[in-house]
Parts: sequence; C-alpha cells; structure tokens
Amino acid sequence: MQLQPITLISFGYFEQNFLGELVAEVSLEFSSPVKIITGHLDLSNFHDPTRRQYNGNDLLKKVDSMFSSDKVKTLGLFSVDLYIPILTYIFGQAYLEGRTGIASLYRFGNERYGMEKDDEIQHARLKKEVIHELGHMFGLIHCHISSCVMRSSTYVEDIDQKGLNLCFNCRSKMGISRTQGRS
Amino acid sequence: MAKKISLLIVDDEESVRDSLYNWFLEDGYRVERAEHAKKALSMLESDHFDIILADVKMPGMDGLEMLRRIKSLKKDSIVIVMTAFATVDTAVQALKDGAFDYVTKPFDPDDLSHLIRNASKQIQLTEENVALKEKVISLENVEDLIGDSKAMIKVLKQVEHVAQSDSSVIITGESGTGKELIAKAIHANSHRKFFPLVSVHCGALTESLLESELFGHEKGAFTGAMYNRKGRFEMADGGTIFLDEIATISPKMQIELLRVLESKSFTRVGGNKEITSDFRVICATNRDLKSMVEKGTFREDLYYRLNVVNINIPPLRERIEDIPMLVDYFIKKYCISMNKPPIPIDSAALKRVQEFDFPGNVRELENMIERAIVIGNGKEIRLKDLPLGKSMIDNSVESLEDNEKLHIHQILTKYGWNISRSAKALKVDRVTLYNKIKKYGLKPAD
Ligand SMILES: [Zn+2]
Ligand SMILES: [Zn+2]
Repeated sequence: MQLQPITLISFGYFEQNFLGELVAEVSLEFSSPVKIITGHLDLSNFHDPTRRQYNGNDLLKKVDSMFSSDKVKTLGLFSVDLYIPILTYIFGQAYLEGRTGIASLYRFGNERYGMEKDDEIQHARLKKEVIHELGHMFGLIHCHISSCVMRSSTYVEDIDQKGLNLCFNCRSKMGISRTQGRS
Repeated sequence: MAKKISLLIVDDEESVRDSLYNWFLEDGYRVERAEHAKKALSMLESDHFDIILADVKMPGMDGLEMLRRIKSLKKDSIVIVMTAFATVDTAVQALKDGAFDYVTKPFDPDDLSHLIRNASKQIQLTEENVALKEKVISLENVEDLIGDSKAMIKVLKQVEHVAQSDSSVIITGESGTGKELIAKAIHANSHRKFFPLVSVHCGALTESLLESELFGHEKGAFTGAMYNRKGRFEMADGGTIFLDEIATISPKMQIELLRVLESKSFTRVGGNKEITSDFRVICATNRDLKSMVEKGTFREDLYYRLNVVNINIPPLRERIEDIPMLVDYFIKKYCISMNKPPIPIDSAALKRVQEFDFPGNVRELENMIERAIVIGNGKEIRLKDLPLGKSMIDNSVESLEDNEKLHIHQILTKYGWNISRSAKALKVDRVTLYNKIKKYGLKPAD
C-alpha cells in the first residue's frame, strides 16, 4: 500500500544539508514522496513570556489551519522551545491518525545539557522525533520494542537509546510491511 | 500487555483534558474524558476504569470530594490527583483519602509516564495474583534467543527463575553469545518490565565520561549546562540497568559503583541533592572476573555484590544441535527485512556450517547468514555464499555489482545505518548512497 505523501515545513533556520538528509531518510522510512518547503509564521504570537516558551497546542492548530490538507501529512519543523499547558516541555506532538504534527530541534542540543555541542547527535534526535510523530499521524501508537522509533521517549538520552527505524510490527500495522513469502 | 488499560481524565480545563487524552491515546490506553466530577461519577457507574486522573480544583464538586466518593464505592480504584499549586495540605489530604499519588501541574513528561507506569504495574500485579499459572518455560518477549539444546534450555530456565527475583546477575560468555539478549529477556519477564532497561557499554567510555553518563549532572555544573542531565542510574528508576563489559571499569569507578549499589542513592555531578533510584543491576563480561579478583584488578566486595546469580552462556560450538534452528530463524529474519521470500539452505552448506567452530559465536553465524542472503542468488543459500575458511575470496562474490551491494550493506551495518557517516566512509555523497540503497533494495534489519 502506498502511504500519503509527506510535506515538511521548516519554520526557522535549518542547515540545508540536514534538511536534504531528513527528506531522504523520511521518504526511505515511509516509502512515500516527501517535499520540504519554507514556512513563515510570526512566532511571537505563540510565545508565553512567563514560561519563556512557545505554546505547542496553538502552534499545532495554526499549522493545521494554515498549511495542512487532507491529502498529505504535514509536519512543521521548529527551533524554539515548545510546551503545552499541562507539561513542562514537549519535543513535538501530532494528531493521532491526523494530518498535522510539529517537532522542534530546541531541546535536542547536547550543549543545553552541558555537554559538547554535537550537530550529528542533535540532528539524529530530530530525525527520530520527526519519524516518530509521522508514525503517530499514520495511526501508530507507542511500541514496546526497545529499538523501535515508536518507543515513547521523554528525555534526550532515551531517544539516543532507540533507533531511527520502525520495527517490523509497526511497519506491518501501517500496511507497508515488506511482504512475507510471496512465493 | 495482556489487556488495554483504561483511563478516565477529569478536568474542567479543555486544553488539559485534550492534551492528556492525546498523550494516553498515543501510549495505547483506552481513554475517556469528563469535564466535571458529577459526569465522572456517572460514567463510573456504567463503565470500569483502571486509572482515574483527576484535577483537585473544579467548579462544583472538587477532586478530593470525588476521590472520597470513588473510594467508598470501589475501594481498589487507582485515583491520581493533579494540583495546580503544590500545597502540602491538599497532597497529604489526598493521600490520606486513598489517592494513589498526586502531581503538580505542569509536570515533566517523564514524571507523567513514570506515574502511569507505576499504576499499570500495580494493576498487573493484582491481576497476576488472580491468575497465577504454572508453565514449564513461560518467557515472554524473548527475541533472538533460539535453541532447544540442553545447554540453551538450562540458560532459559535460569533466566525465567532469576527474572522473578531482584538479585544482581552477572552474565558471562564469549563475545557474540548474546549476553545483552539475556539481559533483555530477564528484564522483559520481570515485574520491572514497565520501566526502562538502560544499557551502558562501560568499555566504550573514559572514566570521566562514564561518571557523568552513570550519575548525570546538575544544570550549571559547568559552563553551558542549561538543563539537568539525568544519569543512567536515574533513568533506570523502577527498571533495570545493564552494565556491559563491567571488567573494564577503573578502580575509582569500582568504588563509586559499590557505593551506589549499597545505598541505591547518589548525587549528580555538580549537585548535592541525594537522588535515590530503585534499579536492578545486570552485568556482563567476557573476562574471568574471579581471576581478576585474585590478581587484585577487580574489587572483591564489588564482585560479590554483583555476582549473586551467574548465568553462563555456552559458546555456539558447544551447542551445535541448535545451529539448524538458528540458521532457519536468521534466514526468515533477514529475508523478511529485505523483502524477499524466505529461502532454503543447501544441505551441503548446512553441514559445513555445523562443522565450523564459530569463534564469534551466534553473532558470527547471524552475520554469515545475512551476508549470504545479500550476495546470494535469491533462491537458496549455497556453500559458495558462506565465508567458511580460506576459500571464500575466490568463489563467493564475483560480479562487481554484487561486490558493491555487499560492501555498501556492510558499511551501512557498521555505522548503524547512519547515512552521512556511511557516505563519508564510502566517499560518495548522500544522494548517491540513497540511490544505491534504493537500487539494491537494502534495508536495515529490525
Ligand atoms: Zn509518541
Ligand atoms: Zn515498533
């Protein structure tokens, strides 16, 4: 089965190299065409001065109403610190089986945790987060296989412990199972 | 999980209800919402919920009053109370009235998932007590542990037995025998399975890195530390920590490790707050720790603390009767992951595989089968597809294309399918590499 095409929208600055890699990796994972475009939003409308963070619920709604359509899965890429009222921070979020999601690079930098800056690690974490949220948008829930990208992770070291790919079970659930014994 | 756990969220704030609803849906729970206590109580009359997550401050009946009513109706309900302001009084009152726990809004994602795992564990324990069954070997979720030889059955029985306890375990065995798989199996079959299994490969880290890795550090501990960083011991709270290559740690780390194992508490680097963590420790080594103790390079007290149970995995050459089953298993595994129908192995080839002595054990066998599937003719595995001994170079892969495919696959595997690193190693750009991956239909193994 062919999945819906995916559109990634970058809000803010991301290295071209990284975006190219992300597109390739996402399309490989979902065997689906992936497009990347640049979006413009006045983020100050989403900033909460007391928390010094950006409201992830409002941003998700905004991306959904301004950029999404029913024919594609749309995911917004941000580089600001996201929160939702009930949680101190989020890496990203998406509508389960929905058409829209968001993810941010902000919390993935090693330098925020006092370690040496490492772009490769930071980008790897965002790639996993993007594939994870897209997984939710394609209807997947969290998975218990430790290496699967759909395993729930709530802090960065936890993301490092899982892989970039969907496990066989998750793949089958989405209907992009690599066929078993067509012989 | 045997059955879906059900959750009821009671909060007058819509955004809170929706966020939690979404969160738990993604976590695989059955979730319902109520905007006030009265509605929640009426829902509870007609429906069962395993966990009720309730706000304290709501118009009309407040969360505490609702908690008391629920508890008087169903004594063993699990109610978690959420408060916007941490007042000690409400917290104490809630716990007195039978709340399972309370949290202050907004909470850390990690605290939320921890809380629910605790509640799920409680539910499971109650259910297990109701239906305790006797089975010969009832291990669940054991991936890649294949074999019915006497030696393997013995190992699996030990795993089953030790999973029920909280004892420290040392897993010994040559490299490639699958020590980490045994650690995973113990964890997945223990009551700790709802919490993380955290692995640390001690041999790969220097002393100071290992220290920060294991204990974490406090924000501001050094320049640039904007946020706290959890250490592995803290991440393993409620779960299991797996310390691989334990024999490689320095004398200083041996002392620190002993201290943590004795007190189950520690401080983060740069911090002074005592942090406690409830973890189980499993270690692995391919060295002879006993003789290291005798030579004085490994602390005796630490050795005894770690070595409550020892599981020794026999090398593959001592359980050759498992080889056909393993070969079969790996063929299926890799054919499926490469989108091919499973293929048979030629009987002469299988015979030679069984005669081989596998210094790299099961891992070597696995790599061998994977390679044979990548380079083979797609119909069966032939002797010439297998690198058994010296004769491999002249007859296995002849065409340039097969060589390229095999080489790319090996590099990708080596760098864990990190495309940029693999591309760098292959000295091609990433797009070229992606095209080759597509062309050859290469896929990472699950
Ligand atoms: Zn998720
Ligand atoms: Zn999965």
